[in-house]
Amino acid sequence: MNIAVCVKHIPDPNVPPQMDGKYLKREGIQGVLDPGDEFGVEAGLLLKEAHGGEVTLVSMGPAAAQEAIRRGLSMGADKGVLVTDDTLKGADALVTARVLAAAIKKAGQFDLVVAGVESTDGYTGTMPGSLAELLDLPQVTFAKTIEVTDGTVKVNRQTAEGYHVVECSLPALLTVTAGVNEPRYASFKGIMAAKKKPVETWSVADLGLAGEDVAIKQDVAGQTPAEERKAGEVITDDGSAAKRIADFLQEAKVI
Amino acid sequence: MPADLRLLDDEQRALIQMVREFADEVAAPAAAGYEERSEDPAALYEQLAQLDLTGIAYPEDYNGLGLPYETYLMVVEEIARAYLGFAVGLSVHTLCAFAVNSFGSEELKRDVLARLCSGEWFGAYSLSEPGSGSDAVALAAKASGSDGGYRLSGSKVFCTRGNEADAVLVMARTGAAGAKGISAFIVEKGTQGFGGSKKEDKMGWRSSPTWMLQLDDAFVPGSRRVGAEGEGFRIALASLDSGRLGIAACSTGLAQAALDEALRFTAEREQFGKPVNQNQGLQFMLADMATQIAAGRALYRHAARLRDAGESYSIEAAQAKLFCSDTAMRVTTDAVQLHGGYGYITEYPVERFMREAKALQIVEGTNQIQRLVIGRKLIQS
Ligand SMILES: Cc1cc2nc3c(=O)[nH]c(=O)nc-3n(C[C@H](O)[C@H](O)[C@H](O)COP(=O)(O)OP(=O)(O)OC[C@H]3O[C@@H](n4cnc5c(N)ncnc54)[C@H](O)[C@@H]3O)c2cc1C
Repeated sequence: MNIAVCVKHIPDPNVPPQMDGKYLKREGIQGVLDPGDEFGVEAGLLLKEAHGGEVTLVSMGPAAAQEAIRRGLSMGADKGVLVTDDTLKGADALVTARVLAAAIKKAGQFDLVVAGVESTDGYTGTMPGSLAELLDLPQVTFAKTIEVTDGTVKVNRQTAEGYHVVECSLPALLTVTAGVNEPRYASFKGIMAAKKKPVETWSVADLGLAGEDVAIKQDVAGQTPAEERKAGEVITDDGSAAKRIADFLQEAKVI
Repeated sequence: MPADLRLLDDEQRALIQMVREFADEVAAPAAAGYEERSEDPAALYEQLAQLDLTGIAYPEDYNGLGLPYETYLMVVEEIARAYLGFAVGLSVHTLCAFAVNSFGSEELKRDVLARLCSGEWFGAYSLSEPGSGSDAVALAAKASGSDGGYRLSGSKVFCTRGNEADAVLVMARTGAAGAKGISAFIVEKGTQGFGGSKKEDKMGWRSSPTWMLQLDDAFVPGSRRVGAEGEGFRIALASLDSGRLGIAACSTGLAQAALDEALRFTAEREQFGKPVNQNQGLQFMLADMATQIAAGRALYRHAARLRDAGESYSIEAAQAKLFCSDTAMRVTTDAVQLHGGYGYITEYPVERFMREAKALQIVEGTNQIQRLVIGRKLIQS
């Protein structure tokens, strides 16, 4: 079975983010494969190991996004596609979905398209839904476990209380939540092999897109830093501390 | 400053970056727990195999990576910086593989080296005996010829991972007293009459099991003898030349970890209204620590480059082991000092580092023996 996995190159989330006006600064910032997407890549690799076929990584981003693709290739994916074009700078989620949809169509026939639930930099969570619509695929979100048997995929879909069991026919699009699997570390031989795996680089024109297709309509009205976390409550034990802590945890629905 | 990657080629840089990530994200957070529980980190060794790190410097024909020994040592240093006891296990494994690669028959390489390099097997090295430590030539374990092989009997001590390893390189006497009467064998785990008889309780390296091994008429096929009969002592010493560089790299990684902790602590700890690292007296200590580490690193990498070029490197290996392990002792001791009272409590890792450094001055030839090796060579030439 052939699987396309959407991967994003984002500023290293372990480094405090810098802003470029209203937008996240990306140029000159150390980038990484979105840690959330590592779960998507791993999910793709597990399916490939079980059913054969190929895993293709698809990304839109600056030229440096090659690194995110290489990372996925060194984990074991087979090939990559990067759409990079100056006109895409600052692209919103809808434009991104249009570009990825066109890239996935051009890259081949896929039984499954996998994406993270949301990116670790933008967090809109709207791209996968748009992508499914544009590709005319059924979408199953928040996949915890994925099982494929002749032409259908069965997914345990994470909910607040537990999970739904959802089944749908292939081809389909799935979003996977972080923590669904344990993304493998790239082995040394994997890293070396990745250097030789094919990565296509396409422009907007290569995809046959133009004008309205890639017109960025979304405007960021403003941004403000999140409120600093308040200092916690300090309880001095006068004999009632245990109860107060238990009450606090209960209130927070932890116990 | 951790090891400088600027002069490496792309392949080496990719390898070291991958190892750093594994060391920082997986090995380092696990170290204190394994040490506290005195538990061998078997799962981490498995991961080492998955990452292709179990045969770095051995030929690709036998599942190795065919990279320089220098590159392998840099990997050991990075792992030791995160978790010394685990790095020691890798070093010992490589020591066993060295002997098979350098002295083993083609058949033995296919049989044993290929499994060691793929990580299917882990190796150990057993030379020391109750009555024979620094004076290794005095070893008494016996190997007598028997039907297509040998029967081994005797006691071995201080064998790192001796009971966990799948293949132990055992030196035993096949002939008369003296160096020429010693042969080397690969003894497989589970061989009848062979196994760990006591696990030592130690000051440090608690998650690196140290075993007393008992050989009781244990049968080893002739095909598992390494090198010729009587060549065992030469093999043991050649392995140690190589292994000492592993200990030097371990020492450098440990010292680096201690310096990193000291830098962090002295920047955060305030006394007299300012971070304690603002005192020049402490800066001078930090400067000396960093300089000694850098010098040690240069020394072991120089020795490794000689080895990779096929030159003799015995003096340089002894110098590197001596200097790097003495440096580790000094730097870890100073790191405790720089932490004040916090350095002495187990909540901070530097007290463990100091305990761990001590063994580095003892294993694979005590530092007295290193001086003896260096001194002898100096007056010979
Ligand atoms: C944690 C740990 C792990 C080990 N792992 C292994 C292993 O995997 N395999 C293995 O074979 N061995 C292993 N060893 C054993 C180690 O190699 C020996 O302990 C070491 O070689 C010293 O031998 P010894 O302990 O018998 O000390 P001794 O040789 O009895 O030395 C006692 C003291 O005398 C000094 N001394 C001895 N002879 C001389 C001399 N001629 N000139 C000056 N000073 C001298 C020594 O430096 C030392 O200070 C390990 C030891 C430890 C502690």
